[in-house]
Amino acid sequence: MNERARGNSILGMWIFIATEIVFFGVLLLSYAIYRWAYPYGFAEASGHTQLLKGTLNTAVLLTSSLTMALAVREASTGRPGKAQSVWLLATAALGAAFLVIKGFEYRAEFAEHLVPGPGFVYPGPLRGQVEIFFKLYFTLTGIHAIHLTIGCLLVLWCARAARAPIEGVGLYWHFVDLVWIFLYPLIYLVKRCG
Amino acid sequence: MKSYLTDGVTVRSWLLTRDHKRIAWLYLTAATFFFFVGGTAALLFRLELLTPHADFFGADNYNKLFTIHGIIMVFFFLIPSIPGVFGNFLIPLMIGAEDVAYPRINLLSWYLYIGGGLLAMAAILLGGVDTGWTFYTPLSSIYLNTYVTLAICGIFINGFSSILTGLNFVTTIHRLRAPGLYWHRLPLFIWSMYATSVIMILGTPVIAITLLLVVAERALHLGIFDPRLGGDPLLFQHLFWAYSHPAVYIMILPSMGVVNEIIACFARKRIFGYSFVAYSSLFIAILGFLVWGHHMFVSGMSMYAGMVFSLLSYLVAVPSAIKVFNWTATLYRGRITLSTPMLYALGFIGLFTMGGLTGIMLAALPVDVHVHDTYFVIAHFHYIMVGGAVMGYLGALHFWWPKMTGRMYPDNWGRLAAAILFFGFNLTFFPQFILGYLGMPRRYHAYPPELQVWNVLSTAGASILGVGYLLPFAYLLWSLRWGARAGPNPWGATGLEWRKTSSPPPTANFEESPVVTEEAYAYE
Repeated sequence: MNERARGNSILGMWIFIATEIVFFGVLLLSYAIYRWAYPYGFAEASGHTQLLKGTLNTAVLLTSSLTMALAVREASTGRPGKAQSVWLLATAALGAAFLVIKGFEYRAEFAEHLVPGPGFVYPGPLRGQVEIFFKLYFTLTGIHAIHLTIGCLLVLWCARAARAPIEGVGLYWHFVDLVWIFLYPLIYLVKRCG
Repeated sequence: MKSYLTDGVTVRSWLLTRDHKRIAWLYLTAATFFFFVGGTAALLFRLELLTPHADFFGADNYNKLFTIHGIIMVFFFLIPSIPGVFGNFLIPLMIGAEDVAYPRINLLSWYLYIGGGLLAMAAILLGGVDTGWTFYTPLSSIYLNTYVTLAICGIFINGFSSILTGLNFVTTIHRLRAPGLYWHRLPLFIWSMYATSVIMILGTPVIAITLLLVVAERALHLGIFDPRLGGDPLLFQHLFWAYSHPAVYIMILPSMGVVNEIIACFARKRIFGYSFVAYSSLFIAILGFLVWGHHMFVSGMSMYAGMVFSLLSYLVAVPSAIKVFNWTATLYRGRITLSTPMLYALGFIGLFTMGGLTGIMLAALPVDVHVHDTYFVIAHFHYIMVGGAVMGYLGALHFWWPKMTGRMYPDNWGRLAAAILFFGFNLTFFPQFILGYLGMPRRYHAYPPELQVWNVLSTAGASILGVGYLLPFAYLLWSLRWGARAGPNPWGATGLEWRKTSSPPPTANFEESPVVTEEAYAYE
């Protein structure tokens, strides 16, 4: 990949990330508005999330950002070798692990009837507010999971194709990671931090 | 050297092309199709409004017709038209590049546009949508049983086309300018396309996610706007207009850019106050994100928010007026030729000013409360979108047609069509100001009999407008075969696309890479 194409791909990815920030920003804004309107419902709902799995996932995703950064550093040496592929595969594997853990988390929530819609069951007066929390929870984490799936595919592509824009993909990966850093306290820690 | 039009003649060479000039033609074909679909819907409901009672269509079909008109015209004609056709064709030529930064993504953008457009057409053909183009919840999410989901999916997909086009243009303008082409030497069309692209990049994701939430509400009962469960429908309106107001500037800014090029060329003068005009485009793009609330003065928003939005909306008049004053100053003591493109540009200035001034009236809280959701609003935004954006689009088509095809069209027919359009447009929409002031609400198929005379005038104007649109369609097609050869620079214009390459240009745009030594408007 020549120098000009490399510069183009990095600028293009930053612009795309600007788009993505607005995209997630809308959902986070909705979250902020409803949490401000329904503080007790959100605190109560947050208490029903799977803190352990969420924390584990945060660790997994942060580690994947480390391996991604190492892969990009290997690429920047100009003579990418085996180490680059190993770091990329590790990144994709950690991303996949996140998705698997997330899947178990969804299953547990399904078993507790916390999935919004006709099957939603929640005792007590705050039912509607708790349901709104879980609507936002599933929308946000669902869209984040879609982004992460695309990220895994991009990383695998980088591992196979020598001409892939690995720095741009790296930026994307760190962005998806950062979104989760915002989601983690908003989802799991509302009640737990008082 | 082979021109880009003859470099490959198979259908495949067009549909899989990465040449920005051919992709411009793909957009032109599709946009023309959508324009006539949206226009036909408008003619049909204008026909219904000829008399005070329901004649041809009942309330339901009337609702579907104006929804088709709105969705098709806004999302599939106005927003992609000038960026897709002229942005694509001109940006690389004007900055001395071989192509845009990502040619393959450029082609993908067109397919996303077509894919989205086909879904919207499918929604129409299967039975239609009757939400209005605004998709307000809970009407769209809970109560209507029409093809809302399909239409929204079409708009969602089309949104990615918009985002990728904007991304492509910004990257291209930043990275591919010819040596010596500094920012302050750029043609003003490039400045306005840059501002437009910024809005596409930062605005479109808002509508994408918002409409996705409406689909989730319909399909998965995942409504976060559902008032039965404590959700807030007003939030939908905020999010919808947070994109859809900036989208107005996606429609008008490119036309403003076109007007600069035409006026400088046919007045044979530098654009007066170049940097004011350039930065006013960016100023409009930024302000455009801060004024959405003026669509919601009567929606139950806080009164204080209304006052702030009202004030900010007034501010948009400043950069807009800067442009109009600078164009007028450019005309002053220019050597003016009234060729077809110039007539469109002059028409633009007049009609845009009219639309802008009524916009100030609507930004005033007390006036808006009186005329909200009446034909006054309809007339106002059609002066901007049809009188402004479409006039600019047709001006661009007539100005760069010789460059795109290498052929001239008959100028007399062109001037006749421009005059018919100007007359037809005013006859259609001026009476609607009066109708609105008299209190006729929008989106109704029936009205009190005393309002009939203004409606008859408006419908008469719409049929004249229809003729005015068919005329260019006919003589431009005619010129493809029988038009005189244009030569590289028929207007004697400045700019790389006129001075440094042939008409039509070769596939690689320039025989040798241009080096720029002067500003864009070196007419004197």
